[in-house]
Amino acid sequence: MNSKPVSGPHVLTVRRVDAIMFKVVVALLPAVGFGIVLFGLPAFYLTVTTVAAALLVEAVCLNLKGVRVMPYLSDGSAVLTGLLVAMTLPPWAPWWIGVLGSVIAIILGKQVYGGLGQNLFNPAMLARVALLVTFPIEMTSWVDVSPLFTGISLADSFGITFGQSYSLDGITGATTLGAVKTGFSQNQTLSVLLSDYSGFLAFIGWERGSLGETSSLLILLGGIWLIRQGIIQWTMPLSVLASIALLSTLFFAIDSQHYLSPWVHLNSGALMLVAFFIATDYVTSPNTPLGQIIFGTGCGTLIFIIRTWGGYPEGTGFAILLMNAVTPLIDHYIKPRIYGRYRDGKPIEIQNP
Amino acid sequence: MRLLEFLENPRLRGGIHTDGHKLLTSGKPIETGLPIPKKLYIPVQQHVGKPAEPVVLVGDNVLKGQLLAHSQGTISAPVHAPSSGTIADVVDYPAPHPSALPIRTIVIETDGLDQWQESVVVQEPYKLDPEEICLRVGAAGVVGMGGAVFPSSVKLSLGRKNNIHTLIINAGECEPYLTCDDRLMQERARDVVGGIRLMLRGMGAEKAIIGIEDNKPEAFQAMQKACFSIANITIQQVPTRYPMGWDRQMLRYLTGWEIPADGRATDIGVVIHNVGTAYAVYRAVCQSQPLISRIVTVSGGAVGKQMNVEVLIGTLMSEVLNFCHVDKSKIARLVMGGAMMGDALPFAEVPVVKATSAILALTQEDIEVPDVKPCIRCSSCITACPAGLLPLEMASRIRANKLDAAVDLGLKDCISCGCCSFVCPSNIPLVQYFKYASGELFKRQQIQHKSEQTKRLAEDRQNRMERIRLENEAEARRVMEARAARAREAELANAQATQIKPENAAAEEAV
Repeated sequence: MNSKPVSGPHVLTVRRVDAIMFKVVVALLPAVGFGIVLFGLPAFYLTVTTVAAALLVEAVCLNLKGVRVMPYLSDGSAVLTGLLVAMTLPPWAPWWIGVLGSVIAIILGKQVYGGLGQNLFNPAMLARVALLVTFPIEMTSWVDVSPLFTGISLADSFGITFGQSYSLDGITGATTLGAVKTGFSQNQTLSVLLSDYSGFLAFIGWERGSLGETSSLLILLGGIWLIRQGIIQWTMPLSVLASIALLSTLFFAIDSQHYLSPWVHLNSGALMLVAFFIATDYVTSPNTPLGQIIFGTGCGTLIFIIRTWGGYPEGTGFAILLMNAVTPLIDHYIKPRIYGRYRDGKPIEIQNP
Repeated sequence: MRLLEFLENPRLRGGIHTDGHKLLTSGKPIETGLPIPKKLYIPVQQHVGKPAEPVVLVGDNVLKGQLLAHSQGTISAPVHAPSSGTIADVVDYPAPHPSALPIRTIVIETDGLDQWQESVVVQEPYKLDPEEICLRVGAAGVVGMGGAVFPSSVKLSLGRKNNIHTLIINAGECEPYLTCDDRLMQERARDVVGGIRLMLRGMGAEKAIIGIEDNKPEAFQAMQKACFSIANITIQQVPTRYPMGWDRQMLRYLTGWEIPADGRATDIGVVIHNVGTAYAVYRAVCQSQPLISRIVTVSGGAVGKQMNVEVLIGTLMSEVLNFCHVDKSKIARLVMGGAMMGDALPFAEVPVVKATSAILALTQEDIEVPDVKPCIRCSSCITACPAGLLPLEMASRIRANKLDAAVDLGLKDCISCGCCSFVCPSNIPLVQYFKYASGELFKRQQIQHKSEQTKRLAEDRQNRMERIRLENEAEARRVMEARAARAREAELANAQATQIKPENAAAEEAV
């Protein structure tokens, strides 16, 4: 028997950080798998490289920090970050884009703040935005759908990821949102631009896009599974999606030729990923349900504003980073009411029932 | 609007679902066959308030139920002999507390006869005067049996003075492993209801509400049957959700009322008693038996025969553990009370006291705590907190030694229920932080109080010295002045004398 002073509780839950991370990774895997099927081996190579780089960088940082590497590395947060970075990349991006993404995410996004739980910004979104503004060409080369083992040879696919020169001309195009943005600048109307848009194909994910963001359906299913598992709360995704739905419906009703329909807005894998997996990141989002609703609504509104009037076709990354910056403020003002007190901290008045 | 109201004041906030481990003991009848131990160790302080003062001497013979130490002051409770025998000693003996610091303890060498002292049984207990009920409850040494051990008679008399309209009987028993209240209600429901009726009469309250967690259907049925014909006692099932047995949580769930943070239940006309206390009140008033035994849940992985057992106060826990076939080598932690809020004891050679609702002999597996990881701000602790606090923020302030910032976040409203530590996926010992901070704040307060005291004394001394100096000076001045005055007077007299002389001379000349 020990005589060290211990405090209750003497029993604990079986929920662990690594189990949470593992479940989130599992929830993402269908979408990633689908991306690999859709875009072939280069997508697979890119995913593996990005995740491996994330793990390596994490290990180096932990080593520099002077802590034992394994217990921290095995918590799964680096794998998750790497996977999220990979999912937001164009599927045929060269290997160094993935590695750079992981380096930015892990070092600048997480470890410089002090590691897990300390970062202000979502590491994956930080990496995405940094890459997007630094390497706009590589980050917007959206390859056509070319399913696994059908399009290109094994050697070629290796070359796409790891080689120097592989011309992507002719097999790339724009994403739906990108095409709409460019079309508007050429004074085209929506009905022309969306003539070959198939909502259903976009929903299941059979379209151009980022590696793991094409399939709204699979990401949505993964997110719903996470809610059912109790890993994330429904408030956050719902407030993101509801705010976009509301705004787009309003503007679509005003002018259906210049504003995308709510269906096109919502039917986007990137939005689903943000709503269910990025906005719900514990570390960088508010702590209270009300704070989460404010955060989610803010994200949704910013995404709509950037998509509609901003310079970029997709605004999820920027929206998340901006809201991340506001999170400490939200947490400062939105607190739960303490038992027996009003919100301002004063004890409640005695009411004789 | 209703929805907003509900979000702001939900009937049930926070809380956690624990692995109850209650089935280990809830189906077995209360064991009453524990042999009378050779020696009983009865601490004179088993309650909140002042310790009782022994009225027996070493060598005295005592009968079962005889007064050993009488209560001291308004908030205190007496202790009685749990069995007949001889007073062997009055010594300082380790208390059932994590520190195991010794406290004054009366040791009885039992004679095995278990002979009761003579007592008069009240014929019509439900017609006694309310004051009389309070007196009898107080004299029997009844204290809160849920673990708070506040003297019950004080609560009852307070109730009489404060116009109490509702008595809440807390039969939540939300702690994992514990089933002593469950079994008590299943087997002795009529006595419990009798106790509740006495309490109602003792306080002059109109009605009683009993809250029972819905994982105890047998107890619920037994209680319903027992108070079927009594109109002013209602029984409600409450959700199984720790800490349902937190009195304020129970009150809010049953009535929707909330106690102000700086107030007590009596402020809103409510008194909350534990169901075990009701039973003790019944025994005290109807059977004239003081509180000398209690039902203890003995459970945990290291216990061979988990059970509820009726134990005489003062029995050493090691004897109870032996009776329940505990494998001593497997005990990794010995806990008195529930697994969430109970105290870890350093060894088992300490007596069972009035507060001992359970003895848990937990194995290494039961208490397995993986490594502490960094906080990932998952806010599980915020969701789980029944008091509406921000445990993760408070802990980070305390870690940075900003205790005042933690107080601003509501540290003083923490009830140490342990929900936050329980749910934390990073296994951060949050409650330990809060207990540390509370202790530290208390210490600082003491130090500040002391330094203020010292400062005041020093100032007093300075003032005194100054006053003395001034007085001395004044005295010296007075003496000087007096001397000067005398000197002046003398001079004046001289001068007058010389003046008078020439005058006289002139006069003489004139004559």
